[in-house]
Amino acid sequence: MDFNLTLIGQTVAMIVFVWFCMRFIWPPVMNAIEQRRKEIADGIAAGDKGQRELADARHGAESILQDARQKATQVADMAHKRSNEMVAEAKEHASAEGERIVAAARTELVTSQTKARDALRREVAALAVAGATRVLGREVDAKSHATLLDELAAELEKQAPTHG
Amino acid sequence: MAETGHSAGEYISHHLQNLTVCKADGQWVWNECHGNFFAINVDSMVFAILLGFALVFFFSRVAKRATTGVPGKLQTIVEIVVGFVDQSVRDTFSHPPKSRVIAPLAMTLFVWIFLMNSMDLIPVDWLPWAAGHLGVEHLRVVPTTDVNVTFAMAISVFLLTIYFSIKIKGGWGFTKELILQPFNHWAAVPFNFALEGVSLIAKPISLSLRLFGNLYAGELIFMLIALLGIWQLPLHFAWAVFHLLIVLLQAFIFMMLTIVYLSQAHEHH
Repeated sequence: MDFNLTLIGQTVAMIVFVWFCMRFIWPPVMNAIEQRRKEIADGIAAGDKGQRELADARHGAESILQDARQKATQVADMAHKRSNEMVAEAKEHASAEGERIVAAARTELVTSQTKARDALRREVAALAVAGATRVLGREVDAKSHATLLDELAAELEKQAPTHG
Repeated sequence: MAETGHSAGEYISHHLQNLTVCKADGQWVWNECHGNFFAINVDSMVFAILLGFALVFFFSRVAKRATTGVPGKLQTIVEIVVGFVDQSVRDTFSHPPKSRVIAPLAMTLFVWIFLMNSMDLIPVDWLPWAAGHLGVEHLRVVPTTDVNVTFAMAISVFLLTIYFSIKIKGGWGFTKELILQPFNHWAAVPFNFALEGVSLIAKPISLSLRLFGNLYAGELIFMLIALLGIWQLPLHFAWAVFHLLIVLLQAFIFMMLTIVYLSQAHEHH
């Protein structure tokens, strides 16, 4: 229990150790702790931000998807409508074309009928003239008896209405 | 493990004697230095400095390799200690101290005292027995059971307290604190000074004697247990477990009071 120089020796030792600790141990360790604390805080903040961005992106994606779906429906509707229109148009076109063809055929028929009748009439007239010539024994001037012949032709026509 | 041929009293007083060296009549003499201030307790100094070096070596090794990334296990231990001391300093000081010495000082004291106290857990006879075979007559392995060691640390803290008091409050501010409290009247100055002086001086004395007393008593009980023959084994274990608490607690108390005294030095009244 004597006080002696150990007091001074211990004091000197303590000063040296405390100085060493202050100079070489405390700053790097404290620095590492602070740095890591900051990194962890940054990491947590980044994580939060990422999560928020993910939620935003998800939300955005959903709205885009909804838009797309709506647009697709619209397009499909439009296509449907257009196809219906096209079918209707084609039908109309086809029926018009058919009618046109039928009309043309009918016209041609009438024309050729008329032509045939005319030819027949001329032939009948010629036959009539030839017959008359044979009967009369002399030449009949077709031109001078044109009126008569026409009447005859008209008569023939009346008698054969089923050919018309 | 009392050696045969010694009485219990001789055994204990033998174990409580420091290995001392001093110069008497121009010659270095061992263990004959009673009452001589110019003597050194070689065992206390050697163990204190060895443990101090162990502390510095271990911590600086970790500090040098300290990574801000994932810390290793050693770094985790060091960081726990450093973080704990740092938090204690922050909690005790109302404003963070400008001086960079306080937290490292507290940490050095804490770990160093803890290591010195821990020497108590080595069975009391082992090292003195080994030393005896090497021709060393006395050996006390626990530096904190040497009153010189605890007083040296407490007085250093005390001087630092006074240094900070004068630095922060100025010489006059510090003096005013001593003479104008608790009664702010000129007639009460001597009374105040006596009161404040006692409380000022009581700080380092209580700080050092608390640590010394606890560890000294602990060591003494280990010695008494060692005298019990075969029954010492369970008792030794039980006391060691309890002492583990004292070892850590006293180191913590010394550190905490150091921080508190220094924070008081920083505060204006």
